Amino acid sequence: MSTASELPHGGAAGDADVDTRHVHGHGHDEAHVHGHGPGGAAHGSFKGYMTGFLLSVVLTGIPFWLVMGKVFQDHQTTTLIVLAFAIVQILVHMVYFLHLNTSSEGGWNMLALIFTMVLVVITLSGSLWVMYHMNANMMPMSPQDMRNMP
Amino acid sequence: MSDIQAMPTPVVADKQDLQFWMKEDHHPENGTLLGFWIYLMSDCLIFACLFATYGVLGRSYAGGPSGADLFELPLVAINTTMLLLSSITYGFAVLEMQKNRRGTMMAWLIVTGLFGATFLGIELYEFANLIHEGAGPQRSAFLSSFFTLVGTHGLHVTFGIIWLVTLMVQVTQRGLSPENMRRLSCLSLFWHFLDVVWIGVFTFVYLMGVLR
Repeated sequence: MSTASELPHGGAAGDADVDTRHVHGHGHDEAHVHGHGPGGAAHGSFKGYMTGFLLSVVLTGIPFWLVMGKVFQDHQTTTLIVLAFAIVQILVHMVYFLHLNTSSEGGWNMLALIFTMVLVVITLSGSLWVMYHMNANMMPMSPQDMRNMP
Repeated sequence: MSDIQAMPTPVVADKQDLQFWMKEDHHPENGTLLGFWIYLMSDCLIFACLFATYGVLGRSYAGGPSGADLFELPLVAINTTMLLLSSITYGFAVLEMQKNRRGTMMAWLIVTGLFGATFLGIELYEFANLIHEGAGPQRSAFLSSFFTLVGTHGLHVTFGIIWLVTLMVQVTQRGLSPENMRRLSCLSLFWHFLDVVWIGVFTFVYLMGVLR
């Protein structure tokens, strides 16, 4: 094992810059800690970070412009577009900044993320759904009444 | 070792050409980053609960001011820029770390810390303004949930900066040892994760708050 230079494996698939970094000698076990954090911070390249950054700038700029410039009269349209941009930007950050992929740490990173996302979606949609109906079924109350509440 | 196979090449003239590959993951012993990732996922759940709370209470103004009255989007835009810039500069620091260039890495870390501190400063300024206008966390359920969510994120950034300074001291004292590199990688995950949460905050709280 000491002379083995391994085949690139586990990095971002098809990313040439990343591959060269993998081939540094695995002569001793210390070398494992160098550079490649599994799914972690270390698989990046300058190109990858810049791509992520520029995409983020665009994906942040457009929603702010839509809201601040009042581009659409219809608030619901704007809300949906803004939400869509946020989801895309989160994915961009996951890929280019957090270097998440299916093969890092034997896929456990991705599995933990998917599990968390399921819980997040249940928490968010469940809370909003249930509480919205609770609110809708409560006795109506005006802000004036509310102000006089104890 | 049975899990390593030589490539079936007949030419063994040069040892450099010999290539091996393993069937399984090649760094099974490095569990720290996986563990840290799972911590981040649990943190993600905390934020999910706070987002859900805000989503439920975000319109309960109790006759007080709404998001549209209070939020100053230009300030939020500057804040978002600060956090995004600090994310990319941390990325540059990690790249320098991989090339084992300590000086430039430290410079990028300092820049990252400054951007993070600017972000915090602007956020505290915003909070102080809100409280000064009488829109403190005790004013309405909307403001309570707002301060809890955004404040928790700000607290994370604060601890991120403390961690950053600690690591800079450690790198100064002990150099770029494998342990320090591992710690810097963990902080990298943490820092980028905070930026991901901020995407949710500025979209769900600020932009959609102004739209309501």
